[in-house]
Amino acid sequence: MEQHYPLFYTFHFYFFGVVAIASALAFVTRKSPVAAALWLVNTMFSLSAIYVLLDAQFIGVMQVLVYAGAIMVVFLFVIMLLNLGHPSEIADVRGKWPVMVAGLIGIALLAELMAISGTKIAGRFQVPAGFAADELTKYGAVGSIARPLFNEYLLAFELTSILLLVAIAGAVVLGRRRDASAR
Amino acid sequence: MLAESLALSAVLFTIGVVGVLTRRNAIIIFMCVELMLNAVNLTFIAFSRYYGTAGQVFVVFVMTVAAAEAAVGLAIIIAIFRHRQSVNLQNINLLKG
Repeated sequence: MEQHYPLFYTFHFYFFGVVAIASALAFVTRKSPVAAALWLVNTMFSLSAIYVLLDAQFIGVMQVLVYAGAIMVVFLFVIMLLNLGHPSEIADVRGKWPVMVAGLIGIALLAELMAISGTKIAGRFQVPAGFAADELTKYGAVGSIARPLFNEYLLAFELTSILLLVAIAGAVVLGRRRDASAR
Repeated sequence: MLAESLALSAVLFTIGVVGVLTRRNAIIIFMCVELMLNAVNLTFIAFSRYYGTAGQVFVVFVMTVAAAEAAVGLAIIIAIFRHRQSVNLQNINLLKG
């Protein structure tokens, strides 16, 4: 499974990884919601670059279009709509003790995740070496996702469309003004 | 690059969890949840390289669910803001008892 990567590849992987972590740290520490949202967009851009490095070009494009382009714009739009751009007058960050407890929970969770990611995965899940690269050359970046999506996962795909319809209806009902029903 | 990707994903997920636990602004907590979803997506992508492209299909589903969640969640936040004129969780603790 271990293969040799060119320096160019390794450099960009670590570069975007460091940018993603630094932006995520800046994101959770910013007081202003707008600044936090923009740092999160930066994290998502770096993650999209990492997806491309990991041979998932289509997902990289979707990351920029859907996450950075659509979801974060909705967040910024709501911040603008509710006029929350300035830091709030009530303390946004919790007190000293909750922050320390949260830090301890974070350290424990990180240690646990690192320990789990070090374990060996059973060989029966493994596909032959270079399988993903073969798929990529045979069907292209979009085709290698579309084939399983419209064959094995077709039912899940159709259910997702129902989920989106319900979400649209729910958002409209929740976002409607109360007095609109009285009229 | 599998181990490095998993480590990066673990760090991003932990940052998201700590953000949820330490902030009081509902919108920022919501964005922390999006960061956690992104970290999980990175895990899927990293594994899809070694265990087949089905992982990338799951990322597409996660993105769809995240979009639906953002739409409904932000509508709830707007509805709460109309009631309380605030999105600070300190002011929204009616169910705390």
